[in-house]
Amino acid sequence: MSMSQLELDPVTAPVSPPRRAGRRARTSVFWLALPLAVTAVAVFVLPLTGLLPDGGQDLDATRRPPAFLSGGSWAHPLGTDKLGQDLLTQFVSAGRLTIVIGLVGALVAIGPGTLLGLLAGYFRGWVDRVISILIDAQLALPFILVALAIIANRGSSLPVLFLVLALTGWAVCARVTRAATMAIRERQFVVGLRAAGASEPRIVFRHILPNLAGTIVALGTLQVGTAILVESALSFLGLGVVPPMNSWGSMLASGQDELSQAWWIAFFPGLAITVLVLLVNLLGDALLTHHDPRKRRR
Amino acid sequence: MSEAAETGVPGDLARHPRTPESDTPVLEVDDLVVEHRDGGTGALFRAVDQVSLRIGAGESVAVVGESGSGKTTLAMAATGLGPRGRGDIRLLGHSLAAVSRTQLRRLRPEVQVVFQDPHGSLDPRQSVRSGLRELRALQPERTSWIDDADLLGRVRLAPDLLDRYPHQLSGGQAQRVCIARALLMRPRLIVADEPTSGLDVSVQADVLALLRQIRATTGAALLMISHDLAVVRSLCDVVHVMYRGRVVEAGPCDRVFGTPENDYTRELLAAMPGARWRSRR
Repeated sequence: MSMSQLELDPVTAPVSPPRRAGRRARTSVFWLALPLAVTAVAVFVLPLTGLLPDGGQDLDATRRPPAFLSGGSWAHPLGTDKLGQDLLTQFVSAGRLTIVIGLVGALVAIGPGTLLGLLAGYFRGWVDRVISILIDAQLALPFILVALAIIANRGSSLPVLFLVLALTGWAVCARVTRAATMAIRERQFVVGLRAAGASEPRIVFRHILPNLAGTIVALGTLQVGTAILVESALSFLGLGVVPPMNSWGSMLASGQDELSQAWWIAFFPGLAITVLVLLVNLLGDALLTHHDPRKRRR
Repeated sequence: MSEAAETGVPGDLARHPRTPESDTPVLEVDDLVVEHRDGGTGALFRAVDQVSLRIGAGESVAVVGESGSGKTTLAMAATGLGPRGRGDIRLLGHSLAAVSRTQLRRLRPEVQVVFQDPHGSLDPRQSVRSGLRELRALQPERTSWIDDADLLGRVRLAPDLLDRYPHQLSGGQAQRVCIARALLMRPRLIVADEPTSGLDVSVQADVLALLRQIRATTGAALLMISHDLAVVRSLCDVVHVMYRGRVVEAGPCDRVFGTPENDYTRELLAAMPGARWRSRR
């Protein structure tokens, strides 16, 4: 075949840019992020407005049901607890702490977990062996045991809680990131970059890390959910946040004794935890779709 | 309209600065041995066994053999991009065992690789344009000779593809982008590892023509890895036949394909549709 036969026109591909699917992904991210944003703003802004009932004790109004049930009043929209304290006020301040714990708890687990997984997966060799042993050791330890040991030693406080969340969360993040990194480093574009003279840090942080963004976002949102659930479980066991601070988990714990007489004390925080974790996980899914250029096509 | 249209015929490589002529071989490999350790059993597997290879400036050399014969391992080791193994490798006269990391990074752009899977060779999160921008940032002096639109014109791609992501390109387009990225670096050696295997037949011919044209106009040497003897015959001067990690026969293409001495080479030739075509002629 001669060269002249191969003279070709420039190729313009009939592949159309994927616009509509991208918009759909953005829409679902928006509709999932909206209630989360509203909740976050509500729990942070409501206390500043002075609209909430004051949270003091009122022994004449203990275990009042929510306003929409018979016997309830709009003075206490979600009712009162056994000391007559307003539950809406507690619910809002507990929500604030729960959201902070969820976000910070996810960050402290994702940060070191992702970094260690990335290093292990990319450099392999002894780095990988050391980190893998640490991951296995961490995963072999029952989480309650770790939490008990740390809290018994250090006492219950927010920094200790974050330490527990970091220790119980990093290993899963590291393991997932390590596997994903190993898959990406074998791709030929990594060899191509090396051939172009790219340094190892550039390859790791400019190419492999962005390709892990979907995984990390998914892990991050799952971790927010996990952190909230772990905190709730710890608070339920009396190992989480301690009064005067309260979270939805600690409200749930304090409501458990009252379930037969005043179910609403535990019901609303429990519902809030479920809905929040569900929304966060769905948002993670939507973000995953939004961030992956290949998924956007569909 | 873009500059590609103004610069005349797309695909015209005449303005490409030719690689300076030199007697130093681009690549010399002596008695290379590369061994892999099996992850499960821990047993050593010899992927490349006592292989020697020499590619002169502007020369076109092929390594052929069946899957698993060690072709790619050989190419990656020889270019310092994979496990290096034992044996002496000299890239442009520099022994890879003796060069420092910094020197190696400076040497690497002299060798560019075009892979079998064009989509795997491009970062899925980078558009064509940002990929080229990164190469320019990495090697500002090497890459300043041409702008993006003109470069794509040389591999016969329209400049509107610059803003596409790899998944928005067809296989043939992605492979042309890969060739353009290699071309941008003005390498002295292009390693083409099964560059047409993942493409359909009509596109294969285009890619081969493009490689041939680039070689003719830039003076870059070519190391072609393939199991397709027809491809090799159309593009290469010298062929090395590999079988189970060893080079069983080597020589000029005409000689090896015309009067093969080794049994394995004869088997390989008999298995190729191209060989039947040749014998009928």
